[in-house]
Amino acid sequence: MIRLADLSIDLGEFVLDNFSLSVDKGEFFMVVGPSGAGKTVLLESIAGLRHPSGGRILIGGRDVTGLPPERRRVALVYQDYALFPHMTVEENIRWGLRFLRDPDPGHVEGLFRLLRLERLLERSPDTLSGGEQQRVALARALAVKPSVILLDEPISALDPRFREDLQDYLSRINREGMTIMMVTHDFNEVLSLGHRVAVIVEGSLQQVGDVKTVFREPANRLVAEFVGMKNLFPSSVKGRRACLEGGVSLVLNGQQRVGECLIGIRPEDVMIGGDLLEDTENVFSGRVVSIVPRGMAFEVVFQVEDLRLTGRMLSSALVREDVHPGGECRVGFCPEAIHVFKGDNPI
Amino acid sequence: MDRKFRERWFMLLMGSFLVVYIIWPLAGMFFRADWGLVVSTSRDSVVVGALWRSIWTAAAATGIIAIFGTPLAYFLARQDFKGRSVLEAVIDVPIMVPHTVAGIAVLMAFSPKAPAGAMLVKAGLSPVNSHLGIILACMFVSIPFYVDAARDAFHGVSPRLENVSRTLGASFPHVFFRITLPLAKRGLVSGLIMSWARGVSEFGAIVIIAYHPMVAPTLIYDRFATFGLKYSTPIAVQLILVCLGMFVVLRVLVSGKRRDGAGS
Repeated sequence: MIRLADLSIDLGEFVLDNFSLSVDKGEFFMVVGPSGAGKTVLLESIAGLRHPSGGRILIGGRDVTGLPPERRRVALVYQDYALFPHMTVEENIRWGLRFLRDPDPGHVEGLFRLLRLERLLERSPDTLSGGEQQRVALARALAVKPSVILLDEPISALDPRFREDLQDYLSRINREGMTIMMVTHDFNEVLSLGHRVAVIVEGSLQQVGDVKTVFREPANRLVAEFVGMKNLFPSSVKGRRACLEGGVSLVLNGQQRVGECLIGIRPEDVMIGGDLLEDTENVFSGRVVSIVPRGMAFEVVFQVEDLRLTGRMLSSALVREDVHPGGECRVGFCPEAIHVFKGDNPI
Repeated sequence: MDRKFRERWFMLLMGSFLVVYIIWPLAGMFFRADWGLVVSTSRDSVVVGALWRSIWTAAAATGIIAIFGTPLAYFLARQDFKGRSVLEAVIDVPIMVPHTVAGIAVLMAFSPKAPAGAMLVKAGLSPVNSHLGIILACMFVSIPFYVDAARDAFHGVSPRLENVSRTLGASFPHVFFRITLPLAKRGLVSGLIMSWARGVSEFGAIVIIAYHPMVAPTLIYDRFATFGLKYSTPIAVQLILVCLGMFVVLRVLVSGKRRDGAGS
């Protein structure tokens, strides 16, 4: 549906360079990266609001690189909703219909129902809550039947109680066949919504792939840090064993490439306590360095010989195993949890 | 009393000096004016003619400024480029220049001997001692008041609103007239008022290029120089009444429109 071929965008301070990726029809495609990575500018370029300095943009097989935004059939929804303040909700949603060749009134009525907007139609946008404004902005974009909608961090700015709501709406819209490209800086949103994801860090495309793959098998250190793979160790791999600096030796899952490389373990995969660890060979005795609450879970740092191992666990596990700072405890992980990076440079 | 207000009373005390400084002389003029004379001069066709001339020439100048100044202001608000601050400074030059100097500059540019003036004369228009001359002088001094206000007004309209309407299928002109202009309207109208008010109150530049036909400020000066304070005050009072009236009417219109626009 969308194909970016060698796209380059000049952002003033830095450049998004030689960007190639494609989004399939009906796909929920995520673009993720730290704030300020140029994600909004990427969307604006696809929508035709900025001129790329090089490369081509194809939408639905049509080269739109030189077309003005109104002829691309790409709808953009900004993070701040950008509702027209001098119009009512209904006027906002119907704004694009006048430019359609064959407007379909039933379609808009359907959107009112789908996004539960019937009771808001006469209201002025500035009297709506953030969640309501976001729904109006979505309806306004969908009303013109675009071939794809571009969402600029639609969830992050919302009150937490509206977030799940909006995620449900977005996945419903996607299930009904709409191609969605969404940028965000929050990998949790990627996990709950996306099919595939592109990771942009420092102005370049680091990895494109299936969400689960990127989450479990990041391509390099930058992506690993971004997706929260906190335990990254340089090691030398030989057969099924990986030797880490300081002498700790790990059992890997199956035969791996031989040589110096980086390995990574997600904190969620770090386990504690006797029973859970019976089936795995990678069990160590560790000292608890710190316990920091992170949302619903706790981040626990263990000292295992020379290594610092970060785990993420629920309070029930901490209570069961009597984990407290300074205490000793058995800690480990399965061989399958160890990701061996493909890159040659372990640093 | 509000705590914040108590902390700020000193600022208010100092500042009120300036408010009084504006109101005191104007109010004094009203109280000491000979109202019999005000009424009788208001039937004087020369006075009425001069007042009316002030109003329409300033309006004409503002109209021309709006036609050319609106695109300029939009450009300044949207485009970042090298030398923008220089261009903005150029636009503000008429505020700095003494008005008599402005008048001399405009006269030199449009005198029948200068190329621009010669062209106007050829077209059958007389730029000196004419209504056209008054409009030319008004334009020069009024430009910054409209362009600055309009630029700020456009600046207050998020480019994202324009972007979104483009992606929804609207062409640039459509977006400009249906989204940008309506949202910038208050600031634009306020700029028009400022520009018009500047034109109505202009004396120095006008008197150099067109002493005749007389606008109200020229007539006031003329009566003051020939007959003294007693006979110039009634016209001054009338001019102030006209200006204040216009000012209030336009302000009310604009704020009324705003309430419609924000409609709840």
